[in-house]
Amino acid sequence: MQMLEGRLGWALLFAAGLLFPFVTGNDYHLTVMTTAYIYIIATMGLNLITGYTGQFNLAHAGFMAVGAYTVGILTVDHQVPFWIAFVAAGVVTVALGVPLGWVSLRLKGHYFSIFTLCVGYIMYLVIEKWESLTHGTVGIIGIPAPSPIGPLEFESPMSLYYLVFVFLCIGMWVMRRVVNSLLGRTFMAIRNGDELAEALGINLARNKLVAFLISVLYAGWAGALYAGFVRFLGPDLAGAHHTFDMTMFMLIGGLGTLLGPLLGGILMPWLTQYMQFLQEYRFVVFGPLLILLVIFVPHGIVGSYLVRKARRASESESQAAAAPESGKAQETPRA
Amino acid sequence: MEVLLQQILNGLTLGGTYSLVALGLTLVYGILHVPNFAHGAFYMVGAFVSYQLMSALGLNYWVAMAGSALVVAVLAALAERLVFHPLRHHEGLHPMIAAIGLMLFLEAGAQALWGADFRRMSTPYEGIVNIFGATAPVQRLLIVAGAFSLMLALHLFLTRTTTGSSIMAMAQNREGASLMGIDATRVAMLTFGISGVLAAVAATLYSPIGLVFPAMGNLVITKAFVIIILGGMGSVPGAILGGLIIGFAEAFGAFYISTDYQDIVAFVLLVVILSLRPEGLFKQGAR
Repeated sequence: MQMLEGRLGWALLFAAGLLFPFVTGNDYHLTVMTTAYIYIIATMGLNLITGYTGQFNLAHAGFMAVGAYTVGILTVDHQVPFWIAFVAAGVVTVALGVPLGWVSLRLKGHYFSIFTLCVGYIMYLVIEKWESLTHGTVGIIGIPAPSPIGPLEFESPMSLYYLVFVFLCIGMWVMRRVVNSLLGRTFMAIRNGDELAEALGINLARNKLVAFLISVLYAGWAGALYAGFVRFLGPDLAGAHHTFDMTMFMLIGGLGTLLGPLLGGILMPWLTQYMQFLQEYRFVVFGPLLILLVIFVPHGIVGSYLVRKARRASESESQAAAAPESGKAQETPRA
Repeated sequence: MEVLLQQILNGLTLGGTYSLVALGLTLVYGILHVPNFAHGAFYMVGAFVSYQLMSALGLNYWVAMAGSALVVAVLAALAERLVFHPLRHHEGLHPMIAAIGLMLFLEAGAQALWGADFRRMSTPYEGIVNIFGATAPVQRLLIVAGAFSLMLALHLFLTRTTTGSSIMAMAQNREGASLMGIDATRVAMLTFGISGVLAAVAATLYSPIGLVFPAMGNLVITKAFVIIILGGMGSVPGAILGGLIIGFAEAFGAFYISTDYQDIVAFVLLVVILSLRPEGLFKQGAR
């Protein structure tokens, strides 16, 4: 296991993603995987604000819908080229995130979650009722596929798969840089105790807002990719149950871990595929699963592994400390 | 004048229902400090059980209401025991996610059992009476009377009985209450049971003028959250007053602005108020 951590592990994952289309050779499987990747990108954003910064944002799907609708409205109603609309999706999501984040992040803990639940509901209702802009319940139909970049065209499922895969890799790389940087440590300090963090001189409001904006940017661009991939949008995309799906992904993989959203986001859609017959009623199974996970495996798959590893490390360290030859006073207190 | 009376009646109907739901939510929050996202699902189950008892077994409206209150009370107490009790030492995220899991389960379960169709609940009180020139369906008057007498009963229970006082004591100080010999587990289950009764009664009262469907709890629960944030989480008078404020705001908003945006009124009110006063309307001090 030691060897799989670090660069080699990431390289293997990358290779697996690269080779996946050749292993399956089935368009349907490609579609399932591409959708999963899109949701993983959004879940990574949710994981940053929830898992790393400790603020459970229940409006996350709303921001994904904002990104998707920006692309849909610009390309269909205003004939804007896809990639310009794609950039605009990020700009619009962040621009909306600034006031919403500023207001909602003044609230702490439960209040923040409840408030964002309401914000998400407003987003859903606005999308559903503002027919002149969003086409209401009819939805936006006929969104063009991402326009070609040079010789690369994005019409076939395989090319779309690789397009989304590239974005997933960039998203993962950026996220890894962020959480391993001083900024990421700041976020974790806020999660672990915001009063202590404030006492250390961390500007809570500004850092939480930065985490929030990065998180919604992920959601917005995931939504933009969704628009280009599925090519049909309905107000349902903003529904809170999508946020709950993402919560489940990151909880199964491990809250506040880099790999968590990836693992959960790939595992769950495939499990759902094998329970096709449940489609409508999948939460009859997943609801209790979520509860059992929270009670018995609160750290998720990756988190539990890390906890076990940390425990083993501290055990071997305390054994070493107990051994007579390492009894020198200045070396012992390390755990 | 008639129009005004009409809107006041509508406001009282909506407000009474919201207050009942918010009361259950605020009691549970007071005891466990968990925002129970599944509370809206309890409301929905209450409506479906009443509907089922009336349509399949042909029971009287009031008997069905009592049956549904009992069923939901047991369901809520079980939920406390099986879901929230094991998580009582966890802070923050985890109980919240568990509550969401419970909500998703109940909603999907109701959809599997009864389907996603909209249903109409019948009521024995279909008449209309005239008060000062305003027409008032009997069911609406019944909602107002039922909701406010239940609130009064709850108030008497919480202040005049030992069991009720033990709930208030635990909301004030959990450890202090345990030191005085109050069984925290029993009180928590009891509180969930009461919140279930309130949700089921509210649902059975309101359903005849609304519709019964698996997702019916979602809007109600989000509004109930708005109410208890306005009124202060854990505060009983705050929940009643907040419920009335939202009820009236919606009734007048629907009439003077547009029925399309009626459901948004509560949330916009919340956003505006919390932007100006992050600590809520009636609560002092930071959170």
